[in-house]
Amino acid sequence: MYEKNGEKYFVVDSHMHYWDASPANWVAGHENYAKGWIECFHAYQGLGPPETHWTLEHFQKYSEADLMKDVFEDGYVDVAVFQPTYLKEWYAEGFNTTERNGELALKHPGKFIVNTRFDPRDGDAGLRELEENVARWGSRGLKLYTAEWKDDSRGWTLKDPEAYRYLEKAQELGIKNVHVHKGPTIWPLDKDAFDVSDVDHAATDFPELNFIVEHVGLPRIEDFCFMATQEPNVYAGLSVVIGGLMHARPKFFAKVMGELLFWVGEDKMTFGSDYGIWEPKWQIEGFVDWDYPSDEFSDYPRVTTATKKKILGLNAAKLYDIEVPAELQLPPEAGIPAARDEAQLVDDKAGV
Amino acid sequence: MTAGTRTGAEVGEVLAALGSVRDPELDEPVTTLGFVSSCTVSSDGVAHVRLRLPTYFCAPNFAFLMVADAQDAVIAVDGVTGADVVLEDHFASDAINSGVAARAGFVASFDGLAERELGELRADFVRKAVMAGTDRVCRPLLAGGRRPEELAALTLGDVPASPERERLRQRRAELGLPSGLADPLLVDPTTGEAVGVDALPLHLGRARLTRVGADANSSMCRGMLRERYATRGQGQTDEEQS
Repeated sequence: MYEKNGEKYFVVDSHMHYWDASPANWVAGHENYAKGWIECFHAYQGLGPPETHWTLEHFQKYSEADLMKDVFEDGYVDVAVFQPTYLKEWYAEGFNTTERNGELALKHPGKFIVNTRFDPRDGDAGLRELEENVARWGSRGLKLYTAEWKDDSRGWTLKDPEAYRYLEKAQELGIKNVHVHKGPTIWPLDKDAFDVSDVDHAATDFPELNFIVEHVGLPRIEDFCFMATQEPNVYAGLSVVIGGLMHARPKFFAKVMGELLFWVGEDKMTFGSDYGIWEPKWQIEGFVDWDYPSDEFSDYPRVTTATKKKILGLNAAKLYDIEVPAELQLPPEAGIPAARDEAQLVDDKAGV
Repeated sequence: MTAGTRTGAEVGEVLAALGSVRDPELDEPVTTLGFVSSCTVSSDGVAHVRLRLPTYFCAPNFAFLMVADAQDAVIAVDGVTGADVVLEDHFASDAINSGVAARAGFVASFDGLAERELGELRADFVRKAVMAGTDRVCRPLLAGGRRPEELAALTLGDVPASPERERLRQRRAELGLPSGLADPLLVDPTTGEAVGVDALPLHLGRARLTRVGADANSSMCRGMLRERYATRGQGQTDEEQS
């Protein structure tokens, strides 16, 4: 919980990690990829305030104590959602597996939600693994990374028939939320790997599932926003947006937030720190203090305290059925999504 | 760097040629983005160009296009006898560098991992550039008091001449879309049809959104490049905070 000027904010960090990218975990012969990946992440951390930067060594592998302090003790987070990323082609024990997250969650009851994942290229064995993970960790959400390498394959899309088999299975197992994360490669490599149109297909065909597109589809924010206006079950995950832009590029941050509020709306945006890339503390403090920097942004929907409460925790609490103490909930009249209405209006005008 | 380095003027010509090479995704020259880490011309007339990108994992298809385009641009410079263009510090450096040097094309360079060459991908991003460029040209008009519905009746020639207008015309021409001064200011980036009053609010909204996305990406890439490399690139400029 974060408190500022008498306002109390219930905080759900809906996208964070507990990884091991230390050299001891690098796959022999694939060291360059393992090293390149974590160094790329480390450079992202450089976009945050200098006093929050870590050494590369610390960044490669942080401890349980570090995480608990950074996220809960210093970071105001009430509930954190673990999002696994396996990358077993590069990291022997995986970069950040369901098990690694789950074991930590077991030690701290009530603090974490343990999401799992699937890879549609894993066949029947993968379906069984998904079932086991859901049973063992009580997962209600998935993290899907479409750019993951597997043998000679450089990625997959949600349009693949195999992916549909997995989504059907996930739904059967009680999964509600699917966090989609795009990366730089896909099969075939001549396609745009960041394209989010496959999420559009899946969201239409699986209306009972919620699709949270992480880093709001960046670098395809335009495609993401337009899709989100048409799919009621598509959400904007703000990982990278706050961490990567709010401090380093405040003017672009304001524009991106303005567009998201206009097209997607404040009821469908969720905060995620992307920890350990960035610590949640400065992101939450900065976001609560944030407003558009000038009149130049007057065309965009306004940002209120209620907007920030929804984005920082209340929206994700709804998605994950997290109980929010009464004093941290919004009064009923704050639930009117003004931004959504405006975006809808544009659609209606154009006859979409 | 090389013992027989030629005069600055010739290096300048090669750099100018590299200024015509764009990052297809960001629609900006590789020079101003800071992607040219070095550029020299040796005494035998061979141009040596080193390219770098913001991350080790930047998308390989766009990286390939930049290296191939740089190779074509450099070899076309008068007096240049050969081009040695190399992408450094990238997960697919070897495949890209050897593929471009052999003029093998993308599919052959990424054996089994790609199905087609990159023309369609490039065109998709030129269409995005047309949308972003539409906002760059229209925003000042709206700020100057023009009502949105008035824009539907304007031609490109009705808009005051500016680098933004010329850039927009050039991108439209690349796609084979109408780009003459008598052609409509607002066209659909796929069909080239004029945008009517009814479709106009959505069209302008998408144009603004596309530009915000492009500017944010460019800004993020510049930030990542600065985190990765302490040195400035040849011809690198700082972004406009617009």
